[in-house]
Amino acid sequence: MKKRYLYLLLAPGLLFLTLFMIVPLILTVGSTLFKDGSFTFGIYLQFFKDSYFLDILGTTLLVSVATTLLCILIGFPVAYYLSMMPPRKKGILLALAIFPLLTSSVVRSFSWMIILGKNGLVNNVLIKLGIIHDPLSILYTPTAMIIGLVHLFLPLILITLVGVLESIDHDLVRAAQSLGASKLTAFRKIVIPLSIPGLIVGSILVFVGSLTAYTTPALLGGKKRVVATFLYQNAITLNDWQAASAIATIMMIITFIVIGLMNKAAAKFNPKG
Amino acid sequence: MKTKNPGLALFSFIVYLFLLGPLLIIAVTSFEPGTVLKFPPTGFSLKWYQNIFDVEMFMSTFKTSIIVSLLGNVIAILLGVPAAYALNRVTFRGKDTLNAVFLSPLLIPGIVLGFTLLKYVVITFHFPIYTSLLIGHTIIMLPFIIRVIGSSLANFDFAVEEAALSLGSSRLATFFKVVLPNIKSGIIASVLLAFLESFNNVDISLFMTGPGVSTLPIQMLTYVENYFDPTIAAISVLLMLITAVFMFVIERLLGLTYFTKQ
Repeated sequence: MKKRYLYLLLAPGLLFLTLFMIVPLILTVGSTLFKDGSFTFGIYLQFFKDSYFLDILGTTLLVSVATTLLCILIGFPVAYYLSMMPPRKKGILLALAIFPLLTSSVVRSFSWMIILGKNGLVNNVLIKLGIIHDPLSILYTPTAMIIGLVHLFLPLILITLVGVLESIDHDLVRAAQSLGASKLTAFRKIVIPLSIPGLIVGSILVFVGSLTAYTTPALLGGKKRVVATFLYQNAITLNDWQAASAIATIMMIITFIVIGLMNKAAAKFNPKG
Repeated sequence: MKTKNPGLALFSFIVYLFLLGPLLIIAVTSFEPGTVLKFPPTGFSLKWYQNIFDVEMFMSTFKTSIIVSLLGNVIAILLGVPAAYALNRVTFRGKDTLNAVFLSPLLIPGIVLGFTLLKYVVITFHFPIYTSLLIGHTIIMLPFIIRVIGSSLANFDFAVEEAALSLGSSRLATFFKVVLPNIKSGIIASVLLAFLESFNNVDISLFMTGPGVSTLPIQMLTYVENYFDPTIAAISVLLMLITAVFMFVIERLLGLTYFTKQ
């Protein structure tokens, strides 16, 4: 095919993305670096001295780390279980995991408002059982955010890991066992190392997703802010465009650092070289 | 390899309960006859389903959501299919970089995309909000079109195309008569996936609201912040039904392996 055609086919899409995504992003980052016409990192210095912002950043990172760890701890055993199912049953269970993934995040976060609220399911059950007397405040706390985010991202890590675990040659495990390794040793020395690249990919998806999630923290976090809701608040409620642009830049930088580091780690730990 | 491990089976069962239980609870509470959401519900009533159609904002934002998702999809297909074809048909320098650019809307935080669209496309470039909403949704749909159609094209044997060309068919006719029918299921599946992504989107639409413009998820979000009646539960059930139908079709076309192979 002639080069000319090639560029003709790619040009409309590229032009569209450049105009409406790349240029606005560059302008946004650029706008944070100039004040009264001179170059400055002032706004970032201000942010990282501000205890309110550091608190928000801390909550966001804590919630994201907790969500990622929980997703892996819960997701890995289940993915392992799924990967060993007969195809038909596996198909049904996978479909049941994918369904929530395609369902609106508003719907899914809302369901936790019903469950975790003051008159919600959890409190009602605990009170009826006589375990507590006064309803617990779970909704509108970081804990509620973590529960909602784990619910949001668990399917993602499940399907990523099932894909990876399926590709592991189970003859290797059988070979190890026939050579005298126990089931657990074979699992630890073969299945886990071979699934590390998949675990890392899954972790990137969950971590970055939690770090930048808006809906779940907005509905379940109450007054507790995360970076995404803080960005929205600065832009829409406070009309502080400079601050909002700086938060947007910080979010992008953190996202790219995380993706970069984890990709490096994935390459390093890839046992297939 | 088969292992019988009752502990693992029980654990998996509990995890599935965690995943699907909340969605079931929403479905059950949507039939609550009272004005406050309760689980278990105090009776059975369809009045909150009726309420969806009585609240004007739900109907108008639903219409906006459908129009934006459909129109955005058409634009994304027009921009994405030629690009996916070029990216898979030949190898050339910078191909990987271009591919990454087309997939980048998946990596950039949605909330950041939404904000920059508002700041520059709406405020600086003076695009109308409705148009900007459409642009934003097209941006997030493009990666799905590129990825799904890209993998369909990667499985297509281009020798068939060469054969048609050598027999005198024009390039354009060959594309429509030979290539397109072969990637048809990929196109339909990508359209459905992109539609769901756009229809459920919050991050972009959040910034693109104005007089008479808002999407259904944003309207739901605003409603939930002010009322706690079962209307949202009723809408959720309708949305889940749509999702289930879409998923069934996607599964028929692509198989579930699409989701497990990232």
